Amino acid sequence: MSNIQKIDRRNFVKLFGLASGGIILGCTATTVEKKFKPAIDSDFFEPNLFVQIDTSGTVTLIASRSEMGQGIRTSLASAIADELEADWQYVKVKQATGHEKYGNQNTDGSRSVRTRLEPMRKMGAAAKMMLISAAAQKWKIAEKDCKAENHFIVNTLNNDKLFYGDLVALASELEVPNQTKIELKKVADFKYIGKTLKSVDLKEFTTGTATYGIDIRIPNMQFAAVARCPVAFGSVKSFKKNKAAQVSGVSQIIELQRLTPPIGKFFGMLGGVAVVANTTWAAFQGKLALDIDWNLGENVSFDTEKFKQTLTERVRKRGKLVPGGNGNVNSAFKQANQIVEATYHVPFLAHAPMEVPNATAWFQKDKIEVWAPVQDPQTARSELAHFFEIPIENITIHVTFLGGGFGRKSKSDFVVEAVAISKKINAPVQVVWTREDDIQHSFYHATSAQYLKGSLDKQGNVTGWLQRVGFPSIVSSFKPLSDYASGFELGQGFTKPIYQLPNFRLENVKAEANLRIGWLRSVVHIHSGFGNNSFVDELAYAAKKDPVQFHLDLLKKETNNVKLAPLQYNSNRMMDVLNQTAKMANWGKKLPKNHGLGVAIHYSFYSYVATIVEVSVIDKKVKLENVFTTIDCGLALNKDNIKNQLEGATMFGMSLAMHGKISTKDGAVEQHNFFDYQMARMQDAPNINIHIMDKMHEPPTGVGEPGVPVMAPAICNAIFNATGQRVRSLPLTDVGFL
Amino acid sequence: MNINISINGKPHTINTQEDTPLLWVIRDIVGLTGTKFGCGVSQCGACSVLLDGKLTKSCSVPVSYALDKQVFTIEGSSKNLEILRQTWSENNVPQCGYCQSGQLIAATALLDTITNPTDQDIDKAMSGNICRCGTYTRIKKAIHQAVALKNKADE
Ligand code: FES
Ligand code: FES
Repeated sequence: MSNIQKIDRRNFVKLFGLASGGIILGCTATTVEKKFKPAIDSDFFEPNLFVQIDTSGTVTLIASRSEMGQGIRTSLASAIADELEADWQYVKVKQATGHEKYGNQNTDGSRSVRTRLEPMRKMGAAAKMMLISAAAQKWKIAEKDCKAENHFIVNTLNNDKLFYGDLVALASELEVPNQTKIELKKVADFKYIGKTLKSVDLKEFTTGTATYGIDIRIPNMQFAAVARCPVAFGSVKSFKKNKAAQVSGVSQIIELQRLTPPIGKFFGMLGGVAVVANTTWAAFQGKLALDIDWNLGENVSFDTEKFKQTLTERVRKRGKLVPGGNGNVNSAFKQANQIVEATYHVPFLAHAPMEVPNATAWFQKDKIEVWAPVQDPQTARSELAHFFEIPIENITIHVTFLGGGFGRKSKSDFVVEAVAISKKINAPVQVVWTREDDIQHSFYHATSAQYLKGSLDKQGNVTGWLQRVGFPSIVSSFKPLSDYASGFELGQGFTKPIYQLPNFRLENVKAEANLRIGWLRSVVHIHSGFGNNSFVDELAYAAKKDPVQFHLDLLKKETNNVKLAPLQYNSNRMMDVLNQTAKMANWGKKLPKNHGLGVAIHYSFYSYVATIVEVSVIDKKVKLENVFTTIDCGLALNKDNIKNQLEGATMFGMSLAMHGKISTKDGAVEQHNFFDYQMARMQDAPNINIHIMDKMHEPPTGVGEPGVPVMAPAICNAIFNATGQRVRSLPLTDVGFL
Repeated sequence: MNINISINGKPHTINTQEDTPLLWVIRDIVGLTGTKFGCGVSQCGACSVLLDGKLTKSCSVPVSYALDKQVFTIEGSSKNLEILRQTWSENNVPQCGYCQSGQLIAATALLDTITNPTDQDIDKAMSGNICRCGTYTRIKKAIHQAVALKNKADE
């Protein structure tokens, strides 16, 4: 991290349009450790985090991440506010536009808090020191006789107080303290970090005034809807516009060519026919009235039912060996007392964020301005520069609130569409996807098949574990013909099992992509979490052992004298979360008739999660009664937000386990809207009990995603416990449950 | 054609087809964007408004249906809605926030009609509103708290 520096006011005003004045600090934070120092002079300074304290006392944090419900704005603001000794009611957050000046803005991998926390704290601390110096100068006393307290500097000699807002003019003239002199607070002194904090956006959220992408309104703006080929990557052969043109409000109908990005970059857009109109509704109606003859292309024969069979056959045969195994599974199987085999299946899934994909764009000769709910504004920006041949510095992306993202909005195809249409009609335009568009043209979470074979010795210990997996790779969306899951994908819960397995072998089988594949909340961990936890439960049953104890026995105890790196996997922490969850759930308690308990544990995004689900199953109707979840996510920045995230993950995981399935027939997605791609609702919500481990001295780790992978296996294991029926293929509604 | 409707007590004269869904009139013509689009087919409740006090999915009724009726949206204010806003905030309910306009309107309709709703009443009243972020347990808690606050104020 480079030094914290003062920001030139004129630049600041230019960048953010905020009133100038007061203290403005900036610093550079990188998400990746730089191996090589760039060959630039030491004055080079490209800040990407900013904080301003103005004369009204308002503290504004410029957030460099997209807000999408994970409360990141609030969490990061709390870090500054804490070190600054700010009064929470003066804290505001402003969203940065997409520009490399603000650092890597891609919101994924649950990384945001992990990489931003320390720079945020340091900026808060530096500003506080400047305010203290200013007060000391005013009072003509020593700095050590001043202290910061709730937005005031207090003279400890006589208890006089000066408000931050009244000090900033003087403070802004001072030098920023040397990096080495910045002292951070002790954990015990935290006022906001690790405490329950209200979202900084509550007022907007409860009054309908938060501006999401779909709420952007600019003068002379048109609305557009796009008809895309029902089969992935098909194209327009011909179309008739007369009927659509007659729809009241429709002004133009234009063809959009598919834009294919260079290999390894971006996502492009599907193309199709766009209907431009004066309201969203007129555009939707016009789109429905189009008469298009499609070139369906080669994916027309893609049928998910058949593909499931194909993948199942492939995982039953030998696949490509994935390096990193140990021992020799074959000899373990030969000497086994018992062999257990199972094949698991997860279907394609769509994100279905409540706010459909949408973007507003204004293409003007040599510049592009975009307003959109994007998770990754910088990639969107480079993508636009590439396709529209506009210098990247002339492209501005205003990141709006995101009405949910879950990974969908990190692919900016909808932004490219808006810009392409704006260019053609020479006016600002908002593209809005219908829910049907969203369900049928997503970047889907891949389907998977897994075959597991395990061996047990006489004592019921696991001696061998063979796992074969096959799922279409996300890489296929960047690079055609990527027919095997990639290393980074297998790294999500497959290559390095958290269990102690004396003989372990992982194989990868071919899985071609016939739909656009993307990442969805917790990504490949959905597959690995489901396969691993279901299979451990099956092994425990075969070994006639208690599933919780069986998990614990499989985890390796770390001895105290082994020094682990801060983010290195630590089995003890996993055992702790499991024990804690078992205690909360009163594991082993006597259950009412038709009830069952199921357990699952998973390590993802450096966080440790254990979940126990209690279900009741009556006449095939599955009801989640109680869910108990413990997370160890290191330093818990904002506890209530973490709880909220895990409650949300519980419902997200439950939705996918119960209903989540995207299927195709003749290449086209069969689901349309929430009536056939269903979500859990109020009446389905269980009692959710979340416990957050107290790990204030560990670095913070992911919270948005790690609660998802445990849900499906815990539910299925609970159903087995209640009914004796093993579910190996999701979703539950597909195998007769309701 | 010209259509007269009243939104949150304010009259509007709108030039549109009478079969345009109320949602799009509110959002794209009147310009109140607090009422959201989620599905367009009466499945998610993001577009919830009150029509003469009755909970209505505005994506699925034509604007003509609102003639001579009072439309109440999230931009409006009522005693029950204000109490709900308060308990929504106290429980830090919203995540992405997108569904919450509709959730608050549905909860307002519930409080307007049932004095002491049970869990089952809440399940039923809120069953038309999807929250993809999964804030259901908090919504339920916030509704119970709002009822308690209201009863205390009425004592
Ligand atoms: S948008 Fe009206 S119910 Fe979904
Ligand atoms: S808060 Fe995001 S959909 Fe409800």
